[in-house]
Amino acid sequence: MTIASIRKQLLAGETTPAAVIQRLAGEIANRDSVTGAYLSHNLEAALAEAATADLSLPLGGVPIAIKDNINVLSQPCTCGSKFLGRNYTSPYDATVVRKLRAAGAIPFGRMNQDEFAMGSSTENSALQTTRNPHDPQRIPGGSSGGSAAAVADRSAIAALGSDTGGSIRQPASHCGVVGLKPSYGRVSRYGLVAFASSLDQIGPLTRTVEDSALILQAIAGFDPADSTSLDVPVPDYLSGLHDGVAGMKLGVPKEYFGEGIDPGVRNNVEAAIRKLAAQGAEIVGISLPHTEHAVATYYVIAPAEASSNLSRFDGIRYGHRTANPADIADLYKKSREEGFGPEVKRRIILGTYVLSSGYYDAYYGRAQKVRTLIRRDFENAFQQVDAIVSPVAPTPARKIGAFANDPLHEYLSDIFTISANLAGIPGISVPCGVTDFDGGKNLPVGLQILGPHLCEAKLLRIAKAAEA
Amino acid sequence: MPHSHIDVRYVANLARLELSDEELATFQPQLEAILRHAEALSKLDVTGIEPTAHPAAVFGRMRADVPHESLPPRAVLQNAPDQAQGQIRVPKVVTDA
Repeated sequence: MTIASIRKQLLAGETTPAAVIQRLAGEIANRDSVTGAYLSHNLEAALAEAATADLSLPLGGVPIAIKDNINVLSQPCTCGSKFLGRNYTSPYDATVVRKLRAAGAIPFGRMNQDEFAMGSSTENSALQTTRNPHDPQRIPGGSSGGSAAAVADRSAIAALGSDTGGSIRQPASHCGVVGLKPSYGRVSRYGLVAFASSLDQIGPLTRTVEDSALILQAIAGFDPADSTSLDVPVPDYLSGLHDGVAGMKLGVPKEYFGEGIDPGVRNNVEAAIRKLAAQGAEIVGISLPHTEHAVATYYVIAPAEASSNLSRFDGIRYGHRTANPADIADLYKKSREEGFGPEVKRRIILGTYVLSSGYYDAYYGRAQKVRTLIRRDFENAFQQVDAIVSPVAPTPARKIGAFANDPLHEYLSDIFTISANLAGIPGISVPCGVTDFDGGKNLPVGLQILGPHLCEAKLLRIAKAAEA
Repeated sequence: MPHSHIDVRYVANLARLELSDEELATFQPQLEAILRHAEALSKLDVTGIEPTAHPAAVFGRMRADVPHESLPPRAVLQNAPDQAQGQIRVPKVVTDA
């Protein structure tokens, strides 16, 4: 069940939008008590929209699940946090949601996530545990773990997620679905609850590359409400999808195949690269020399921006407010203490520290300069190659609870995905096989493809060849 | 680069977070480990390198200064934890002299 196949059935009169949504509600009732991907879903509202769906539109009648940090009018938007868990209802649609509606889609379902998108496992959700449909003892990845798990579990046809350091690509890899992080500026973030504003992007999690292109087509483009969205034309992402990789140069960065990669991941990714070579791509060894500094750079910049962005959660205008505060300062401190979970607090403290007087230049200022070096690594690489192919994550999905109390260890596993956010370039994860790992059988592995800024069409084309 | 000492209680207060003693004990070594890892950045020579604040060169885009529709007051207030007379209610901010 893909967007493309549902659309065919809808247009042929073989099903109706209401029947599709009812079927998903049935799948949620059957399996989501185990998977835990959905925080909520409003069947009544979706059926009301289904009744007036315009099938002539590109996504007409297609329900799409939404990560719970993207605002949908009159629906909850918890961000996986107790701070917004009980008492927040979105007063407006995010631009991506408005655009999905304009393309005929129906937002259906609020997907679990790490709190405020901070994490790589969805274990940091304060509200619910999400399990990997391939092995319920394991994480789905994160932070868009609910979105990825539901698509893998077939309780959603497609979903939106957000990616600040790999939060679409890594759960897609762990759950065996396609996850696309568009270029910085390609998709409006208006209505996405901000985590790190120079890194965040919204993108699709889908079962196929074609579905990924269909959603990107609908959500891409300039938005006056997001001054960082780029006012450049949106190409046709579907027309060149089947053009193949013959004659393309694909770079394999040596830094992404070093120690610490699970052999099963390496074998599957190398097999996928050989498959692309067999279709006529030229494989070129390259170097991204500053890769080893990406985690440190990211975990200075992202918390710095988060500490600023999350200052809006002060208990005044929305969300949790402590009972009986002594004074205004007490209201702020207790509301935040009660509302935020440990990972959010850690990052706020870390971010506040690296931005504070006396440490700013040493940490934040320096990280911004190293970010330039990381960005240049990619610019240099793309002088030589059309795109870069690599693993998404060093290992398949680990067991739930395995990294408890060791945040740095967890951060280090983000090594292959965070550089794309630092550089602002697009990246896609496409399933490339399964492997056994740490007692688990047949766990999905993703191939990551990174391309130059605004070259999503090329990425999708390569991903299609890898998928075929 | 400074040595990775962080006064977690002090910084948390700057961020208006009231930590429990238990959280303080948990966070202190975790944050020190993260900062030690970040200190590796000090080994790189970044002389003459411009900082990157945003990956795409979009700066200070201004919209036309024309009125446009905003959220109605009811929608803005619907999530306020405490409100009265169409306004958000907060504890007294300025104390008596």
